[in-house]
Amino acid sequence: MFGYEFYIDPERCIGCQACVNACAECDTHKGVPMITVDFLDRPSSIATVPAICMHCDDPTCAEVCPADAIKKGEDGVVQSALKPRCIACNNCVLACPFGIPKMMAKLELMMKCDMCYDRTSVGKRPMCATVCPSQALAYVPPEQIARERREKPGNVFQFGHQMVTTKVYMMLPAGEPALTVDAVDVADFMWEPEEAAP
Amino acid sequence: MAERPLPAADLLRLYGPHLSYTPPGGWDEQRQLPVERLVKTHCCFCGQQCGIQLKVRDNQVVGFEPWEEFPFNQGMLCPKGVKRYLQSTHPDRLLDPLLRTAGGFRTATWDEALDFTARRLTEIQEKHGKDAVAIYGGASLTTEKSYLIGKFARVALGTRHVDYNGRLCMVSAGTAYKLAFGVDRSPNPWSDIPRAEVAFVIGANVAECAPITTQYLWRCRDNGGRLIVADPRMTPITRNADLYLPLRPGTDLALLMGMLHVILRDGLEDEAFIAEHTVGFEDVARSVQAYDPATAARVTGVPPEAIEKAARWIGEAGRAILLHARGLEHQSKGVENCLAITNLALATGNLGREGAGCMMITGQGNGQGGREHGQKCDQLPGQRSIADPAAREHVARVWGIAPEEIPQAGLTAVEIMEAIHRGEIKALLSICFNPLVSLPDANYTREALEKLEFFGVVDFFLSETAQFANVVLAGSLQEEEEGVVASAEGRVIHIQKAVDPPGNAWPDSKVYIELARRLGKERFFPYRSSREIFDELRQASKGGHADYGGITYEKIDRQMGVFWPCPTEDHPGTPRLFEGGRFFHPDGKARFVVTEWRESGDPVDAEFPILLTTGRVVSQYLSGTQTRRIGALVDQFPWPRLEIHPRLAAQHGLTDGDWVTIRTRRDEITLPAMVVRTIRPDTVFIAYHWPGGRSANRLTHRTLDPRSKIPEFKVSACRLTRAAGPPEWVKELPPGLALPGKDRPGKGLPIIGGGGGA
Repeated sequence: MFGYEFYIDPERCIGCQACVNACAECDTHKGVPMITVDFLDRPSSIATVPAICMHCDDPTCAEVCPADAIKKGEDGVVQSALKPRCIACNNCVLACPFGIPKMMAKLELMMKCDMCYDRTSVGKRPMCATVCPSQALAYVPPEQIARERREKPGNVFQFGHQMVTTKVYMMLPAGEPALTVDAVDVADFMWEPEEAAP
Repeated sequence: MAERPLPAADLLRLYGPHLSYTPPGGWDEQRQLPVERLVKTHCCFCGQQCGIQLKVRDNQVVGFEPWEEFPFNQGMLCPKGVKRYLQSTHPDRLLDPLLRTAGGFRTATWDEALDFTARRLTEIQEKHGKDAVAIYGGASLTTEKSYLIGKFARVALGTRHVDYNGRLCMVSAGTAYKLAFGVDRSPNPWSDIPRAEVAFVIGANVAECAPITTQYLWRCRDNGGRLIVADPRMTPITRNADLYLPLRPGTDLALLMGMLHVILRDGLEDEAFIAEHTVGFEDVARSVQAYDPATAARVTGVPPEAIEKAARWIGEAGRAILLHARGLEHQSKGVENCLAITNLALATGNLGREGAGCMMITGQGNGQGGREHGQKCDQLPGQRSIADPAAREHVARVWGIAPEEIPQAGLTAVEIMEAIHRGEIKALLSICFNPLVSLPDANYTREALEKLEFFGVVDFFLSETAQFANVVLAGSLQEEEEGVVASAEGRVIHIQKAVDPPGNAWPDSKVYIELARRLGKERFFPYRSSREIFDELRQASKGGHADYGGITYEKIDRQMGVFWPCPTEDHPGTPRLFEGGRFFHPDGKARFVVTEWRESGDPVDAEFPILLTTGRVVSQYLSGTQTRRIGALVDQFPWPRLEIHPRLAAQHGLTDGDWVTIRTRRDEITLPAMVVRTIRPDTVFIAYHWPGGRSANRLTHRTLDPRSKIPEFKVSACRLTRAAGPPEWVKELPPGLALPGKDRPGKGLPIIGGGGGA
């Protein structure tokens, strides 16, 4: 969709998996989701993070593909592997800095998020960003993100010596987080009289 | 009499729950065949009532498409909404009426099943009196069905005992709002939440139980608002809280009274609002004098400085929104807890303005509309009191009977089950209610069901409760009959019929109309369509607080919903109540109501030293009759786990994934432990959506709030012991679902088929 960009803000994610379930409904991949939502560290936090394909400007998955099966369109969307070409070698699965491509062993085919080409090509938003009840996944015009959010979008990532620029934006905290939930303990927020503490 | 007809394993094999994963015809057919129609309607599950489009082909719901134009959710959905379409063609659907036999159930014709039902109800009423029969309704039904069930009980059967499972949901808040404001509705539309400077969320696991509300809270923060969350657990919305108050279960009242104490001590009250628009302030001010922050901290376990900060943020804000749900309502002082909220809102002048108010988050699909028009034991249509002579006269005129023919108020849902247990109520006709899973003290509920002389159930799946029935009347899903519901906002919306009921199943309303005919009351139930029922309920509600007089199906479609009250057809509806400080009491003023602290009905002691609280998960809905049959939703959270803090776990020698037996004064169950630092170390949590040995409600108690009669699901006392091995219930899991095992480290999601004692 012209004038729309994809934004991920993990801080908004509530781990509900609406995106995962909705993605799985797509009849091109038949019940298999192309998104994952994971707890960062469930014993210590309720924080979750969704992962979709970031659609790199120079996609590592395509660079390492020996069969030239992964194509990037003019719209910047990196497609799933082409069925007749893919040799199921797993190079892309291992090389992707974001850990996105999935090997469908039964189909001998790598599949991944193609930003709902079937939807965006007919003027609909990608399914995950449409249903996401916290808009941790958002597909909106850049002006709207700038107007509505305090966080700022970024799309340059450093992995060791590799610098990756992506079509999908990650929202970066505007300031210090209000409450750090990376590793928390409810007991730290409680009032426990001295005699009651163990 | 009405014992379970077959062993659990046989019932499971015949009636499920089986897990459905794929659309009818499978994914390949889904891809190849065109969708015939997209039907703009609403989700069948919670009180958010999200707009959704259902894909229809060959009289089957085969998928969904977001409905982005509907203003409340703008296409957003939770996983339940995404997967709800899998019910329409589910293999467990009841396609014929069932009659109980010596060896189980057999299918029956409608004539046979309805004649039998009418005969048994008549026999029992002739022998034991009208009130020996009780009616249970449900808050997922459309308003037309709810209205019909209330009228059926009072006109066709003449019993005073009609109540509904909304008794487990909104009654504490509803009672409190009626006392304080004179009306039972959330005063503000959800669009007010992002306008607040401070959003205070107490006892509401918004992210899992009302997921769409999350975005409203996040937009509040986007706009610079501050979020305060009070909960014994860090629920997902806590990740963006500016202040977290980890209160001990059952102590909400002390926290709220402590906050009002600080507001009054520091002179942060809105004196002009209090003087012009309220009565009773002085008594409430006196009642919170003893609740200084240190005292409140001792009761709640929340630090005094956090209580002060929360109070000051609310008191100093120009616009604050106070949101609450079952966490504080499911208590034996649920009404007082909500009154402490209304007191706080009134004292700070946070009502009747954009971005300023207190809001109950209605939980059930039609929790709001279902209680307004007649299936609540003490109400007549239009949110009228059944004790009010003028209300009785109005409704009697619409119904074509004499006012004295309308029975007086009957018992509430839990009290009805107790009257059955005592042998006073002999027969029960229930729809859309699975009390064996959802009522507290499940063993007591089972004993009561076994005592019934006649038990009839209208449902689309054979729920755990329906297994005890003498007759099961195959009813309809939400998408199989037209009607309206009122969402948590008080927005009346239009449920479209997408498909006919499958097989020989009937629309629910037809079941009651045909039963009324067999009871000789045909002339009071002449309806040929949902629209005719709606038009009558518009008349019946006219002049009441919940006035639907000016609402039509067409107007709802045109306006994307109509907020009640809407007295005339040229009235646009009322998104925000109390504008200009005008309340619904005859003098137009709101009431401060004094609240008093008291202990839970099941207090901790040396024998049962740990607090147990119960609640929900995002992928399951209520008693799970529907959602425990949808594969993807079950996989997301296949069985209940005991959430426990590592400190408490260590005291019991437990690590993540270990089997642990939870014992209360009622019963014990054994579950896998889930060791997390996101819960208070003196509290454990269990989600309640499951039956049998996985049922949290085997542990809960029947103490009721004296006014709302809501059970105290949120506070029980328990003790824990490490269990030697897996319990019996692992054998009762749906076919295809592997046994629970050790959780994947760090992920919090179960591995299917893992080891760990299974």
